[in-house]
Amino acid sequence: MNATPLFPEWRGRDLDGILHAAIELLENTDFPTVKRWRESGGKVVGHFQVYFPEEIAHAAGMLPFKMRGAPIKPRQADSRFGSYLCSILKTSLELALSNRVPLELFVTHPICDAARNLAGVFGRNFPYPCQILYLPQNATSPAAREYLRGEYDRVRELCGEIAGREVTDERLRAAIGVFDRNRALLRELYAIKRGTPWLVAAHEAYALTAIAGLVPREEHNELLEAVLPLLRARGTHPQDRVRVVFEGGFCEQPPFELIRSIGRSCYVVDDDFLIGLRWLLEDVGTQGDPLDALADAYLNRSSYSPVQHDPRKLKEAMLLERVRGANAQAVILAAAKMCEPGLEEQVAYVHALDEAKLPYFVTEFEENMTSFDTLEIQLETFVENLLFV
Amino acid sequence: MDQTPEVDGIVGRGNREGARLFRLWFDGLGAAAEEGRDGAYVFVMGSLGELLTAFDLPMVFPEINSLQTAVRRQAHEYLNEAEDIGYSPDICGYVKADVATQRRGGMLPMGRVPKPAIAVLTNACNTYIKWAEIWERMYHMPTYVLDIPASRQDGHPVHRGAPGFERDRRYVAAQLRELIGLLETTTGKAFDVDRLREAMGHANSMSRSWKRVIELNRSRPSLFNALSDGTIYLGVCNGFRGQEAGARYFEELVEELEHKRAHGIGTLVDEKFRLVFVGVPCYPIFRRFTELFSEHGGTFVNSTYLWFASGGTNLGFEYDLKDPIESLAEGVLVGCSDAMDSMFFQTRALDSIIGEFAVDGVIYHPIKSCRTTSTGLADNRRALMELRDVPSLFIESDMMDRRVVSEAQLKNRIDAFFEGLQSRRQQTAAGIS
Ligand code: SF4
Ligand code: SF4
Repeated sequence: MNATPLFPEWRGRDLDGILHAAIELLENTDFPTVKRWRESGGKVVGHFQVYFPEEIAHAAGMLPFKMRGAPIKPRQADSRFGSYLCSILKTSLELALSNRVPLELFVTHPICDAARNLAGVFGRNFPYPCQILYLPQNATSPAAREYLRGEYDRVRELCGEIAGREVTDERLRAAIGVFDRNRALLRELYAIKRGTPWLVAAHEAYALTAIAGLVPREEHNELLEAVLPLLRARGTHPQDRVRVVFEGGFCEQPPFELIRSIGRSCYVVDDDFLIGLRWLLEDVGTQGDPLDALADAYLNRSSYSPVQHDPRKLKEAMLLERVRGANAQAVILAAAKMCEPGLEEQVAYVHALDEAKLPYFVTEFEENMTSFDTLEIQLETFVENLLFV
Repeated sequence: MDQTPEVDGIVGRGNREGARLFRLWFDGLGAAAEEGRDGAYVFVMGSLGELLTAFDLPMVFPEINSLQTAVRRQAHEYLNEAEDIGYSPDICGYVKADVATQRRGGMLPMGRVPKPAIAVLTNACNTYIKWAEIWERMYHMPTYVLDIPASRQDGHPVHRGAPGFERDRRYVAAQLRELIGLLETTTGKAFDVDRLREAMGHANSMSRSWKRVIELNRSRPSLFNALSDGTIYLGVCNGFRGQEAGARYFEELVEELEHKRAHGIGTLVDEKFRLVFVGVPCYPIFRRFTELFSEHGGTFVNSTYLWFASGGTNLGFEYDLKDPIESLAEGVLVGCSDAMDSMFFQTRALDSIIGEFAVDGVIYHPIKSCRTTSTGLADNRRALMELRDVPSLFIESDMMDRRVVSEAQLKNRIDAFFEGLQSRRQQTAAGIS
């Protein structure tokens, strides 16, 4: 890992100062941490949504950078795409084309019909390897685990070649250790959201989580280790707000401002924002074959999203579990504009919530949205109805 | 420009016979529905017709059903019905037309299709998976996602000898064995390997002929239109995979095309421009869409559609019948992977088509409904133009939704494209380049 921290701005500051620095970093579309990493000679793996086994890149000494688009204009990328597509594809390519985020390797996944195409699109535009990592869509097949392990092995070889450093089991185990710690800290952050949501606003929790995709995980661990006790000790008091689950942030991310404005009228007690960073629900463990352990965790100890098929995870049942687990009163069902899997799942969610007699608010978003007035008014009306009936 | 008149019994037989077989297939489905026999719901990329035939399951292709609603100009009714219950205007129209079909008890303009006893699908299109999840909720029947790894990177196709190929093949073979178990439970029939062998033999013959059909269109003039005639061929290729009738159809089609070639009979009387089509056709105005090109003497000599919608049959892959399951795994893997390559990494394929088929222009037709085939097309066009000095046209519409199909606009763009082709040809003839 890099000796000099990539994100020093939060250090030595109080809670508000730390949160301020975290939000500033998140909103900076020049991605300064990636720049600093490269300036010190580091290489970068850009991995598209939703889940990527970042431990492998980390063990190779590369920075796994979460490609999740950005609120920027896709000036050059626009001509690479036709109409009827979600924004995250375009802005993710723009990050690379505009040299904001130069990469040594790009990896996408068959999460949807659009995202898989990115391997071809990136590959035609950049000389470095641009690949698809096939994560199993037949998760309950007894053959899936060995197959996934093989896929991870392929990524391990590739990262090793690019980084010029062998990705040994030892290094992988060390990386898993760092990431297990990170998962535990993120679980703690979400426990605060669920249990005492007045201690951390939705957008603050979002920023704290998202930084995991921008810095080496050791640094993210240090940040969370500093912040979580401060949040717990925060003197804010509960208010009369509706407890909601936000569903629909698994891939394209809603604008940060939208999350902030939801947080003004609701407590977002759970969500699927950047779910790939929290995909593995338990420790992977540093014993045994590390790639097999990662594969097993992906298949058997993981969260859910509309883009993974697993008969054990009926998505609407998983959502209801999320709602109950967080003791939420209502759901905000969102989907990115033009997002096929998100929009399809919305229909199933709506039916399930109707059946469960749980109130919900349906909306679409786009990362480049700038006006939230109408949405805010609609949401307020929704919330008032819930509070006053 | 008129189509070539029929000069004897053999010319036009493929289209006539294709329509008859299609009707026959559909009547069979109608009979199954009436008798309360359920079918196997499958998709064109990796349909596994060989295996399902061996279990006597009537095969239902919801994609083909949906496109039929568009060709018969009734798609809007189906789309509206699905949108009324919450499906977004921005998702695949095939899915929506099918949702409405299921709500209508399988009723389609062509007749009725049975309910699913099982759905077998691949990940060649991710929408297949979301689609099958809808059926799972409607019918609570088994579905099997045959997870097929494909090329990971452009220029690294999946084939024997490629690194990791054996690992991929093992994964697919293991899944096939699971699927066979599931089919036995679902149908109550024991698996008969000899029936599978027989079906695979027919599929071999079909693949051989289908490959030849495509090759034959290198002839000048071209022998069939990859868009209009090609879609009929694809219907048989999918609906009769693994069946004797399908194998025979393609043998006879080769015969017809050889005959046309020997006699210099083209698909157009006066072929002026040879084109390649990239994407999915425009079904709401299907016939007219082809005419917009043929009126200028343009014909489609090949298309990526013939490649991906035949699930890789175009490769001519032949199974080793001595080792059916392992070989079926290899064939499905290679075929589906090729289908996916022709959607995601098509530059090389187009480059070779342009050379081998003496192509004058490339038509890109990305559609609203289908991100699988459309997402990368603008970029592909840019890359192909850098590689090859060949004119291209980029027109967007849909294969289902007539709200985004503007015939007048398409016509303007297509007319202008042909003007460009014409003047380019004149300049070349005059030695100006
Ligand atoms: S937002 Fe939806 S459509 Fe877009 S890449 Fe993500 S999953 Fe695919
Ligand atoms: S998204 Fe495209 S390939 Fe997939 S089912 Fe729809 S039309 Fe077919």
